[in-house]
Order: sequence, then C-alpha cells, then structure tokens
Amino acid sequence: MSTVNPTDTHHHDDHHHGPVTLADGVWPWMKRWIGTTNHKDLGTLYLIFSFTMLFIGGLMSLVIRAELFAPGIQFVDPAFYNEMITLHALVMIFGGVMPAFVGLANWMVPMMIGCSDLALPRVNNWGFWILPFAFTMLLGTLFLSGGGPASGWTMYPPLVMQTGNALPLMVFALHLAGISSITGAINIVVTILNMRAPDMPLLKMPLFVWTWLITAYLLIAVMPVLAGAVTMILTDHFFGTTFFDAAGGGDPVLFQHIFWFFGHPEVYIMILPAFGIVSTIIPAFARKPLFGHDSMVYAVASIAFLSFIVWAHHMFTVGMPVSAELFFMFATMLIAVPTGVKVFNWVATMWRGSMTFETPMLFALGFVVLFTIGGFSGLMLALTPVDFQYHDSYFVVAHFHYVLVPGAIFSIIAAIYYWIPKWTGVMYNEKLGQFHFWWSAVWINVLFFPQHFLGLAGMPRRIPDYAVQFTDFNMVSSVGAFMFFIGQFVFIYNMIMCMRGSGTKATGRVWEGARGLEWTVASPAPYHTFETPPKIDPREMA
Amino acid sequence: MATETSEHHKYYVPEPSPWPFMLTVSLFFMLGSGAFWLNGSTTVAPYFAALGLAMTLVMVFIWFRDVVNENLGGVYGHQEDMTYRWAMGWFIFSEVMFFGAFFGALFYTRMIALPWLNGEGEKFFTNLYLWPEFEGAWPSNGPGNVGGDFETVNAWHLPLLNTVLLLTSSVTVTWAHWGLKEDSRWKLCTGLAATVLLGAVFLYYQGLEYVEAYQHLGLTLGSGIYGSTFFLLTGFHGMHVTLGTLMLFIILLRCLKGHFSSHDHFGFEAVAWYWHFVDVVWLGLFIFVYIL
Amino acid sequence: MKKISMLSRWGLGALGALAMAPAHAEWTLNMGRGVTDLTDDVFGLHMLIFWICVVIGIGVFGAMLYSVIMHRKARGFEAAHFHESTVVEIAWTVVPFIILIAVAIPAAGTLLQIEDSSDPDMTIRVTGYQWLWEYDYVDEDVSFFSRIDRESDRARQLGSGIDPASVEHYLRNVDNPMVVPVDTRVRLLLTSGDVIHSWWVPELGGKKDAIPGYINDMWFKANETGTYRGQCAELCGRGHAFMPIVVKVVSQSEYDDWVAEQGGDAESEGELATGQPSSGEVSADEATSSEESPTAGNATEGRTEDGREDQPEEAEESIVGSGEEDEGSEPATGDEPSSEDTGSGDGSSGASGGGSSEVSEDELMSEGETVYANLCAACHQPDGSGMPSAGFPALKDGAITTGPVEAHVAQVLNGKGAMPPYRGSLSDREIAAVVTYERNSFGNSTGDVIQPSQVAEQR
Repeated sequence: MSTVNPTDTHHHDDHHHGPVTLADGVWPWMKRWIGTTNHKDLGTLYLIFSFTMLFIGGLMSLVIRAELFAPGIQFVDPAFYNEMITLHALVMIFGGVMPAFVGLANWMVPMMIGCSDLALPRVNNWGFWILPFAFTMLLGTLFLSGGGPASGWTMYPPLVMQTGNALPLMVFALHLAGISSITGAINIVVTILNMRAPDMPLLKMPLFVWTWLITAYLLIAVMPVLAGAVTMILTDHFFGTTFFDAAGGGDPVLFQHIFWFFGHPEVYIMILPAFGIVSTIIPAFARKPLFGHDSMVYAVASIAFLSFIVWAHHMFTVGMPVSAELFFMFATMLIAVPTGVKVFNWVATMWRGSMTFETPMLFALGFVVLFTIGGFSGLMLALTPVDFQYHDSYFVVAHFHYVLVPGAIFSIIAAIYYWIPKWTGVMYNEKLGQFHFWWSAVWINVLFFPQHFLGLAGMPRRIPDYAVQFTDFNMVSSVGAFMFFIGQFVFIYNMIMCMRGSGTKATGRVWEGARGLEWTVASPAPYHTFETPPKIDPREMA
Repeated sequence: MATETSEHHKYYVPEPSPWPFMLTVSLFFMLGSGAFWLNGSTTVAPYFAALGLAMTLVMVFIWFRDVVNENLGGVYGHQEDMTYRWAMGWFIFSEVMFFGAFFGALFYTRMIALPWLNGEGEKFFTNLYLWPEFEGAWPSNGPGNVGGDFETVNAWHLPLLNTVLLLTSSVTVTWAHWGLKEDSRWKLCTGLAATVLLGAVFLYYQGLEYVEAYQHLGLTLGSGIYGSTFFLLTGFHGMHVTLGTLMLFIILLRCLKGHFSSHDHFGFEAVAWYWHFVDVVWLGLFIFVYIL
Repeated sequence: MKKISMLSRWGLGALGALAMAPAHAEWTLNMGRGVTDLTDDVFGLHMLIFWICVVIGIGVFGAMLYSVIMHRKARGFEAAHFHESTVVEIAWTVVPFIILIAVAIPAAGTLLQIEDSSDPDMTIRVTGYQWLWEYDYVDEDVSFFSRIDRESDRARQLGSGIDPASVEHYLRNVDNPMVVPVDTRVRLLLTSGDVIHSWWVPELGGKKDAIPGYINDMWFKANETGTYRGQCAELCGRGHAFMPIVVKVVSQSEYDDWVAEQGGDAESEGELATGQPSSGEVSADEATSSEESPTAGNATEGRTEDGREDQPEEAEESIVGSGEEDEGSEPATGDEPSSEDTGSGDGSSGASGGGSSEVSEDELMSEGETVYANLCAACHQPDGSGMPSAGFPALKDGAITTGPVEAHVAQVLNGKGAMPPYRGSLSDREIAAVVTYERNSFGNSTGDVIQPSQVAEQR
C-alpha cells in the first residue's frame, strides 16, 4: 500500500498499540467493541453472545423439563409452555449454535488460511451487531400482552396465525437474524475464496475451513427462503393473502415445504462446521494426519447437495403422494452413506495413532460416539413407514437433541478448549476440563436417551403434560437436564479464568500434534495476524 | 488505486466504524415500530417506523460514502476488488433464492394444490366433501372465491410494454458500460440516464397496472392465491427495480463527478449486475405470472 | 482413568437409584407391535433397521474403543503415517449403500400398502378441532364429538390438586370413543376445522395430519378387539396435550348394537358440552333424529356445505389483523342457507333444543355453566378473571361479555386470535347457554337471556 488516505491515519497506530482496553476508559472501550472491524474481536463477541443465548435457551429447557418432571400441570400454563418450546428452539438454533460457529469461523478462518481479517470487516461487524437486537426483539415478545410466539419454531400455519402481538416481531426478528447469517456467510465464502495465502490451494485447506465454505454456501442459499416463508406468514396475517389458506387456493402444507427447504439445509448448517472441528481435533491428538482428507471434503459436499432434496422427510405425515414419499425416503437414506464415510474416516484416523486424551479430544470422541447414535436414529427416521410411528414423538426429540447437543454443542465446546490457549495465551484448567467432559457425557445421556423410549412408547412431542405411563423416563430425563445444566458452570468458570489470563502460559504450538497455520503464531495470537501472506511449511497443510 | 498487486500489498482492513452499529439500531427502530404499527397502534408507531426508515437510508448512505472515499483514496487493490465482486455475486445468489421461495409457492399452488382442491389424485375426497362444485382453473382465488371475482392483467398490454422497457434498459446499461470502458463519458452518461429513465417509466407503468387491477379488474392482494402470488412476486420485483433505479441514479451522479475510470468501476458493474438480475426475474414473471 | 471410571460409575449409580424410586414403574423400552398386519410389518422394519444400526455401531464403536485402549501415547504407541486408501474408501461407501438398498426394498413395499386406502369396508370422517375430535360415520349416519374425559380435564388444570395417577387413563380417555368392528378395513378421512392436528393411535398404525381445507386418508384393519388409546400428535395450541383419541375395536355384532344404540341420533353432540347424558335429553333427541333420518343421505352434504362456508370466514379471521374487532358484524351478515344446513348436519341437538319454544333462563344458565367449565374455563378461568398476562382477557366486566350480544355470540361462533371458533363444535343451544351464562356470572349482570334461535340467526 503506497498511499494512505486521510481517513486512514490512525490505522497504523492500532497495529502498534493493540486494542483499547477497559483501562483506557469506559467510553473508548465501548467504542472499540461497537465499532470493531477485527475478526478476533468479533469472534469473541459472537462467542459471548452465543453462550448468553445458550444460557437463556438452557433456562427455558429447564422450565420445560421441570414441568415434565411429573404428570399434571405443576408450574406453567400450557400456553406459556408452548412459548417456552418455541423460544427455546429459536434461541438455541439462531442465537446459540449458529452464532457460535460463526464466532469460531471469525476467529479461525483468517488464521487458518493466512490472511489478515475477513474480507469485509465492516459487514462482519454489522452481521454481529444485528444479533443482539434481533434477539431483544424476539425475547421481548414475552413481555407483551398475548405473550411470545407459541406455535413451535417451525411456525406452521394456521396455528401461527393465532399468535398475538408477537407475530410481526417474531417475523422481523427472523428477518434480522437472516440478514446477519447471510452477510456473515457471504463474508466467510469470500474470505475463503479470495483471501487464502498464495501457497494454499483449495484442496489443501484445513477441513474446518472446507466445512465452513460449504456451510456458508448453504446459508446463502436457504436463509432467503426462510425470509420468504415468514414474509408470507406476515402477509397472510396482515394483508389478506391466502398462501396458506385452502379457501383462497393456498395450502397450509405449502409453508411446510418452503420452511423445510430452508430447514433441512439448516440442520447441516449446524453440523457441518462440527464435522470440521472434529476432523481438526482428532488428528491433532492422534498425532496422525486425517484419514482421507479429500474424501471428507467430497462427503461434506455430497451431504450439502443431498440436503436440498430431502426436505420433505420432516413432513411424511402431511399426506404427500406416495411417489414423493418414496423419493424422499430414498434420498434421505442416501445421506447415511457420506455421513458414514466421515465416521469411518475419523475412526481410521485414530487407528494406530498415538493418542492422548486432553479435554478437546474427549469432547471430540464424545461427539463421534453420540453424534453417531443420533445418526442411527436419523437413519431409522428415514424409513417412511416407520416414521409414521416415530414422527412428532419423543423419538424425534431424542434424535435431534443427540445430533445437536452432544453433536453440535460438544463440538463447539471441544473447539473452544482446543483453541482458547491460542486466543488467550493461557492453558485452561485440564482437571476441570476432564471433569466437565465426564459430567456432561454422563448427564447428557441420562437426559436424552430415555426420550427414545418415551417416543417409542407413544409420547408425542410438544406436550406440557402426559399420560402417567410416561412418568418414569420423564423423571430420569428431567434429572439429567438439571445436572447437565449445572455442570456447564464449570466450563464457564474455566473459560473466564483463561480470559482473565490466570493459568499456565501456553506455547505457540500449544498441542504437540497440532498442525495448521494458526499454531505458527504466538499465543495469544497477535491482534493482527498475517497482514502479509505467510510462507507455508507444507507440513502445516492438510 | 493501486494498479498492481505487489508482493507487499496489505489487504485493506478498515478502522473501526460506528456505521454498521448505527445501521442496526436504525433497522431495529424501523422494524420494531413497524411491528407495533401492524399490531394496530397507529398513534406514533407509523412515524417512528418512517423515522427508522430514514435513519436506515442515511446510515447506508454514510457507510457507502466511506467506501467510496476509501476507493478514491486508493487503498483498494486487486484483492479488494475481487472481494467486492465475489460478495456481490453471492448477494445476488441470495436474492435469487428469495424470489425462488415465491416462485416455488406459485408453482406449488398452481401445479399441486389447485388440482388437489379439484379432487384430482389422492385428494379426491377433498373436493367431494369440503369443496363440492369447485372446479378451479388458474387463475384461481380458491374454492372460497376469496376476494370476489376478478380478471387478470392482460399480458400483451402493459406487461409486454414493461418487458420491452426492461430489456431495453439492460441494453442501455450495457451500452453505458461500453462507453465507460472506452472512456466515452458521453456514452456512459447518456446510457445510464436512459437506463434510469426506463426504470422509472417501468415503475410508473407498474403502478398504473396496480391501479388498474384494483379499480377495474377486481384483482387485489386479497384475491386468493392468484392475488397473493401476483402481488407479492411483482411487488417484490418492483421494490428491487425501485432500489436498482435508485442505485443507478447514484451511479449516474458518481459518473458525472468522474468517479469511475475505464479500468476501475466495480461500483458501476455491481449495479449493472443487479439490474440484469432484476431483468431476468422480470422475464420469469412475464412468462410464469402474466403469460401462462 | 481411574477417576473417569469412578465418575461414570457414580453417574450410573445415580441412574440406578432413580430407577428404584417410582413404585408404579412402567419401563416400556420398545415400540409396540400394534394390532394390525401393517403395524406388525412396521415393527419388523423398525427392528430390522435397529439391529442393523446396532451391528454397525458395535463395529464402529468397537474399533474405536480398541484403538482408544491400544493406540495411546501413554502405552508408548508410535503413530503410523497412513492417511488414505482408495480401496477402503470405496469399500465403506459401497457396503453401506448395499445395506441401505436391502432395507429400502421392504420399506417401500410396506409404504405402498400403508398408502393404499382403496376398497374400505367402512369410512369415517375425522375432523380435528381445537381441542376435540369429531367422528362422522359416513354410511351409518352416526356422528359425534369426542373430547377429553371430565376427570382428566379437572386433574390437568394448573394447581388442580388432583394426582394424575389417581385418574384412570389420565389424558388418554374421552367421553365418546370411536367404535369400529374388528377385522374390518376402516378408512379415515381426516381434516380439520381450524389448525393442523394429527391423528395417532400407535396400535392401529402411524399418524396422519388433519389439515384444514384438505382431506387426507389413512386406513387400518384391527385384528384384535380392545380399547386403543392415542392422542393428537401435531402441536395445535394450548390444549394440544389434551385431545386424546380412544378407539374401541369390538366384534361386528357389538358394533351393530352400538350403531343401533346411536341410531343415527347424533345426540352425542349434545353431550360434548353437557358432559354426562341425561336420559330425558336423549329421548328428546331421539325423537328429533328419527324424524330426520330420512334426510340422512344429505347429512354429509349438509356438513360439506357448512365446511365450505366456514373457510372464507376463517380466511378473514386470519388475515384481518388490526381490523379483527370489526369481525363481529361481518359473520352476522353471513349466509342464511348455512344455518339450515347446519340444522340437518351437526346441529340436530341445536334444532331439538332450539325449536320455536323458548328455553328458560335457569336451563340456559346451568347448561352454560357446564359448557363454560368444559371449554372456556381453561383460559378464561373458572371465575372469569382470565389470564391477562397470557393474553386471555377477563370475562368479568369484559368488553365483549358486557357489550352488545351480537358481538359476543359472533366471537364464540368465529373465535378470535388464540380463541378457536366454536361454530363447528357447539350447537346453537350450547352457544346460547354459554353466552347467557357468561353475561350473568362472575359479577356480570346484563340480565340478557340469549335464545338458540338468536344464535341460529347469526350463524
């Protein structure tokens, strides 16, 4: 850069003095976080926001599990219960899991591909700051007369039309969250395609970057479709359109088709980055390169492709033509193939490695086992005739919580344990980490495994009260929920300690077997890394 | 503007900026007030919503001003240019998917739901028990005759004219692009001005068509599924044309100020891409909404 | 690692302790076999895919466990360096694919059978409402509503103080079960009067959604007599957990007796809200219905008409938004023919009670109280105080309950927002009763006595 324009005079100061801290005064500190264009700052903000949302969503799940501890209505009105299940899902999906992955991408993608920041730093800032406002809007509906949205996160009409004042706020909150996701995704795609260090060809990218590239593509493709679907709800409710009303020639099921055209890729949006994380962590602790790197990439790409043609398996019971049911059944079963390849590759990576079991590895292994269990139940659900029994029962609840909690969320936790020494320069407390893993791994199964039995015995989902024969497993499940939740404070404590810098200093490499560009810089990583593209040692590449 | 990508070119990372945050606040203000307006509070909410919209526009303007100044200040190199190209491309892809949702609704209701309501296929009983005597044919407002009888807009009158207008505008914008590449300011500015004018005329006729539909054809937003798909598809397209025209107008002003050169004019190209996209959507509309 | 095993043992111990706790333990682990040929097939498929998953799981997790134990650095194991093998990759792509095909073929066969609902021996139209079901035996001129039994309904209220375990078939019992003969191919035609519901009795097969404005069909042929219980499986609002389904499968002769008992009377509708049938009412209704039976053939048509009229109303309701307040006046201008049709269709009890003779205020008040307790109290509270924070307005001194009568009746007929329309599920007499009750209770004292004929006019 030969010339510096007038608006750019402070630019270099930042580089030399590092970011503003609270010691520099509250207002400058606030200005830093509000205006920041730094991918590390924004990654941190994303993660803090995400964990706040996971906490709020977790509290909602505790309301749900408390009410379900015993038959009868003990604590909340059924209407409020419905608000809880709706907001629990929306908060966890759009506020918890997705921003957590975007936060990880913010932190790690530029450092993994050797560039200075995301391609569009201001857009990145915008994408983040939309989220707190969107969720203020969404959660604020709880305080309106009429309460929050209570039609489930799937918002099926005509039920969603009975939403009170919350309806337009929910729709707009989703529009905002959609803008955030799309801008974030465009940013990440462009960064990966345009900003790689010259030495890094596409197929040599770390798998986390690869999975995020494909995830971002999915996001750009389907978030606008969700925006369209909720817009139709809005116009049906307020402006007299009849998209979802048979009298006017519409069809309530039309919404489900549009929604799940978004919703199924959305499912993969929440799991593909997890695949990337696990594919990064297992080789590091097995001290052995990832088995079948390229086939992993192809598997992820096939999963992404298939995700567009399987949406109707979420709605086998709506009365589709049998030909459609057959097609969606076969297509859905096909997903098991690339997913299986991934699991087999992970096991092959461990095979004859030299493994150690630090906390990130434990969570990654927990992911492989428990996600696979969720995958198995997914395969079972794919069979249409059997799905007629499973559908909308607790079996489904167990299935998607297995892939989302010990799946997606375990991978997020693993990623944070894995990279936080790089972020803060301080090792987390390994003993607490080990405790956190075993505590979580035990209680998550106590929480969700009995729900398989409940579903098979005939308990529908989304009910605040149930027949007495379901009591016992519900009690077990509720106990698991509370215990699992309590254990997460250990994690929060551990992370706060790292952020405050108390603990043993981390080396640049941190983990003996870790490979990748991010480990070639100091710990903590400097505020600006790779302002000029690094020369890459081939051993650091996939 | 750095013309060569030297080994030592550092990717431009802008300094902290308050505008994205302020844009978010404006959007929040606009949509929040809008929601209360929809919920029936009409005392202050409409004004707040309008204020939010104005604030949003101002923030977008300021943000883009910063970008333009940076570009004029020469901090953008080849890599930054590629960033904007990729980003614009992906943004347009997301817009395509947005329209896809509404086209999907059109195809579904027309090809699947309407035959079902007629009792075709496995939904025989739907017609027999729920909607006897209903023999719907597209255009349909459903068995409830929602919104009352209506006529459709004749594709070969205003819509055909509008098709010609938009197709011509795509030609003029390309012509202006040639002018830009040849450093012909005259060609650039007249081409752009013609495009803006064609866009505006298109919008005028589209408005005329809506008035016609409401006043004489009985076709409204509430005319069942036909009205729903017709107005939402053409309406969202119209909004995009409005936005495109506005952007073209700003680009025209920038051209007049001499912001672009024959080798550095992605701002122009981005809007031209957008304009072509809007044009293609219109062709889809013309075929699937008006003709068929 | 010792620590680890201790921890997990502790976790298991806690689980075990919990297992001991409840005395009435019913630890059903697996899906039931059901009582139809197809549920048996489905069960077989379920077990097939389950065991495939178990075998693959043992293979994968076994290999993983072996690796975790043997290939650890703590044992001094040196890492190998292999990282790809095309042969292996192809093998574990192709083998699962073949396994999947082996599962897909029988699954497709079963699916085709499930979806083939042709040639039924009998057909029942099932309509879901918030939050009850209506069963209409197409060939028998039998039609009735089926809603959660009173006892469960009382026990399920927030802070009811009733132990659900003390209620027989808590939440799985109804006032009027659906009755079908054994070994008979029963086809269900499912639709809904408001939002999407889903009809599910696990023993009789999978579920199918009831979608407003469309009819889905499903069928079953029960091989064993018995009482089978299920419930709505699609979130349908506040009372979603409280719309059970009970199907009694009986012998053909018992079924015939049951039909004769029903006698095309359809009096059960009257019981929807009044709860226990009183003998006097039944005989009165029987008299009416015997007169009507010649028109039985038209009954379905009448209903059809009614359904058709319903829809535009609903459309209006869902779209009017801020204008919802005006709604009251619109349906009042509604079509006259529909009220006639309703009379022959599902409103026979209304016709019986709502003839030319006036109903006394006392009768209306007592019937209204029952309807209120059954349907309204859940949201508006037994004392009419409502739950304003949850959006359910108080009826005590309410704008509607003390305002114009027409608007009040219209609101009950058409619903508003979270309140379901009751035009399909309540007779004129019941609506008259509940409106009268609401206008003269909880401290409201308008003194209005609404006659069924007034409601009929407004339909």
